[in-house]
Parts: sequence; C-alpha cells; structure tokens
Amino acid sequence: MIITTSKPFEEVLKELEGEDKVFIVGCGLCSTTCETGGEEQVAEMKTKLETEGKTVTGTIVYDEVCHELNTKRKFRENKDAVESAEGFLVMTCGAGCQSVREATEKGVHPANNTVFLGNILRQGNFTEKCSLCGDCVLEDFGAICPVTRCHKGILNGPCGGTDEGKCETDKEKDCGWTLIYNQLEKMDKLDRFKRIYGLKNWQASMKPGKVIFEKKGEGGE
Amino acid sequence: MLLEKHVKPSIKEVMESGTFLVSGEIGPPKGTDIDEMIHHIDLIKDKVHAMNITDNQSSVMRYPSLGTALIILEHGGEPNLQVTCRDRNRLAIEADLLFAYTRGVRNVLCLTGDSIPVGDHKEAKAVFDCESVQLLQLIRNMEEGKDSGGNEMKGGVEFYKGAIVTPEAHPIEPQMLKFAKKIDAGAQWFQTQAVYDMENFKYFMEEARKIDDKVKICAGLVLLTSMGAIRYMNANVPGVFVPDHLVQEMSDAPKGEALATGIRIMARQIRQCIDEKLCDGVHIMAIGKEDAVPQILDEAGVDISKM
Repeated sequence: MIITTSKPFEEVLKELEGEDKVFIVGCGLCSTTCETGGEEQVAEMKTKLETEGKTVTGTIVYDEVCHELNTKRKFRENKDAVESAEGFLVMTCGAGCQSVREATEKGVHPANNTVFLGNILRQGNFTEKCSLCGDCVLEDFGAICPVTRCHKGILNGPCGGTDEGKCETDKEKDCGWTLIYNQLEKMDKLDRFKRIYGLKNWQASMKPGKVIFEKKGEGGE
Repeated sequence: MLLEKHVKPSIKEVMESGTFLVSGEIGPPKGTDIDEMIHHIDLIKDKVHAMNITDNQSSVMRYPSLGTALIILEHGGEPNLQVTCRDRNRLAIEADLLFAYTRGVRNVLCLTGDSIPVGDHKEAKAVFDCESVQLLQLIRNMEEGKDSGGNEMKGGVEFYKGAIVTPEAHPIEPQMLKFAKKIDAGAQWFQTQAVYDMENFKYFMEEARKIDDKVKICAGLVLLTSMGAIRYMNANVPGVFVPDHLVQEMSDAPKGEALATGIRIMARQIRQCIDEKLCDGVHIMAIGKEDAVPQILDEAGVDISKM
C-alpha cells in the first residue's frame, strides 16, 4: 500500500492558479484506503473547488492510476471532460500523478504527498516496514527489516540511541533492533545477530528503478 | 611522505605499556572563532595522553573534527579523531582517513553517529551508508591496502582503532553482542558512554572481560555541573543513568558549589578506576567546562608525567 497524505487545500489552490477548469483524478486503491483520493474525497474536493469559483469539468476514480495505458484509456473514455479542462488535480500517489503526466500535455498537479510504502495497522493507521531497498535482508533478521525499522537503517545491531526498546527520535517508535534481537532470540537464531554484515549494496535501489520481465507467452505483456 | 611531528606517544603505545590512559575531549565550536578551543587544547594537552575530538556532536554542525585534529598536532597534543557515519558516505570517509593518516593522525574513534533529528539541521539527509562495525572493517581493509570498493590503493593507512560501548544500555544483551562484533571487526580499544554508577560499571567490566580479556576499555566520565543537567540526562539521554546517591550529593551541594561537587565526584571516580584496577583508562568529558580538567586531575592525584 502506498501511503499518501493530503496537501493543505491552500497549497492545492495555489497549484491551480490560472487554471479555472479542472478535471479531478482519484484512485480506487491506495488513496481510497488512505482517504486521500477515493470517491468521497474527490466529491469533497469538487465542492470545495467550485466554492472557490473553479469549474470542475469532470471527476474520475479508478483502480491503478499508476497503470499508464489504463490511464490513457480512461482519459479517452472521458474525452469531452478531459479536453475542456485546463488542468488536472491528481488525488493519488506520486506514481499516479506522473501517470497522468503521460496522458496529457496540460497542467498536472498533485493533491497529495506520497510518504511511504506502508502496512495497514487499522483504518487510518499506517506504518512503514519496507523501504524498497532492492536487496532484501529479511531472511537474516527474523523477517524484521533493519533498513526500515531502525531509523538509521544500520545492519549490525542497535545504536546508542535505543532506550527500553524505543528509539531516541520518537519514544512512541519501537527500536527496530530490539525487535530483531527479541525475534532472533525467540527463534534461537542469535548467531545471525552475531554475524558481521558488510557494507550494503545501495546500487540495488538506484533511482530510477526499472524492471522489465521477459515475455512468458500467454498472460505476459 | 608522512608528516612526522608527534610530540606525544600514541594511545597504542600508552595502552600497550600498561599505563592507565587519561583522555580528554575537545568539542569544536560552531563558527570560525576557535580561540577558546585552542585555549582548551593548550590547557590540557600535557595533562592528558590524548584528546578526543567530537564529529558534529549531537548532530550539531561545528568546526570539523579532522581540522581540529590537525590543530591539536600543531600544538603538540595527541588527537583521537572521531569519525561518524551520519554525514559522509564511504567514499568521503575513506578520503578523509587517507588525509588524516598522511597528516599524522594515528587514532580513530569509530561511531555510527547521533540521529539527525536530535541536532540543529533537522531537515538534513542522514547518510549512514555504513555504521560503526562496518567502519571498523572498512579501516581494517584500508590497512591492508584496499578501499571498500576492493580497489588497491597506493599506500594504505594504519590507525589505532577505537569504538564505543554503552554499559547502561537497556536492554544490555544486544549491546554486548555488538561490543563483541566491534572487536571482531577490528576495535582495539573502547571508550564507554558516560558511566556514573561504579557498581554497574564493575558488573559491565566483568561481562566485557568474559567476551574479551585483552581489549582495552576506558571508562567514559561526564562532569556533573548542575541538578538541571542531571535531570535532563536521566530523562533524555539513552544509556546514561545518574544514580540516586550522586543526585543526592549534587543536590546537597551549597549554592554555587555544584561544579566543585561535580569535580570532586569525577576525581573520586577516576581514583576508584585506578586504585581498584577497574579498567584501562578514563575518558574525561567536561562538555563546556574544559577549564575544570586540570583541577579534576589534581584532585584525583593524577599526573600523567609520573604514570
């Protein structure tokens, strides 16, 4: 799940300066769950923009705005509303917003901040457990990620900032290394903790990431 | 050609001769007005075996540790260069170490570094390309003539490699495992995070000796200066614990006598470390009160020229 938060409305209005006819895009997946770009939030945004004197030429919420071919298809299906718009307000993650970029030459504006790849703890409560490092180390650490759950992302044990299982940066946050220690101890695998982990290969997560799978016949693209 | 202008024996020479090491600390200032820092260097350079220079301590941007190490050498002192992994990636650290070695720095203290949010550049990007254990390993590789990319270097380095351990860490078990890893990665000696409870410290030393009875360990002592500082440390500094009897002693101090009481406490702790052979040395952190160091050593009856 890609976690997003809404930008302040004033910032959104500033983005739309000079573009009075706006088309709003929301996403049926992540930003619906985050309540930053589902049907309800898109409808609310439409009302707020109209109150500010904007004309909303259309709204659309569909799954996988990040799917670029799908987004282009959705735009063709909504040709009139899309063509009469001067700008697009995208209530999705940054990937969705840039997918819209590929579908139009007009102004494209993010309504959200994209914060992390998150786990859902409960409604409206998300936490980051994986930071997409490209070289998964979970096997070595009892399936608890030190790269993400230790705020320094260090690989050889807790730093001096750990205290009673909490992190010095935020007493509400667990020290990832205490979690790892406890897990490995429970599994009788402390030998993994004792092993020295060498320098991490950051090339594995070099930007921009690109993966192209070989075609596997039917079902492949 | 290496710069050869050492006036003092190296930390390694002091340690290996069995002499109780007395180390001080220099905290560089924020800015280019370094007169007071130089005053502190001159004040303690002959009273301690070495001076540890903090590296953007507490994630607060300051005059650099490497530059300060060179100033200490120019003034005839022995620098112990702190290197943290927070602000520099492996390339930058390696390049700094090459420079340090050619300019006569012989001691490096390897730390991961504090968190960015505790400092004064809260929006900065933290690096942590490596951490303390990997840094120790990286230096060991450089000593064998190779950089961390596995490339041969024309001329390597040689440092006395130090590291940090936190005797009051909670929980202590992962801390002790990391202590062992640091030794495996090449740490030759340790400075501890601040210790105040000498009974706890004795217990820590017993545990540490079970892991390695040869590695050198120096007790880190931080000067108590006020009740406010104690309250702050006990509430906010992970791995630092001032026990009740010292809190009482400080709070019983007459008005205006808090610093003098702190000096007396530290002098007593140094004496205890020496007399009871608790450890291999002490590292004195006077944090802003460096002027007090000569008096602390006087009261402890410590004169390094006679050790």
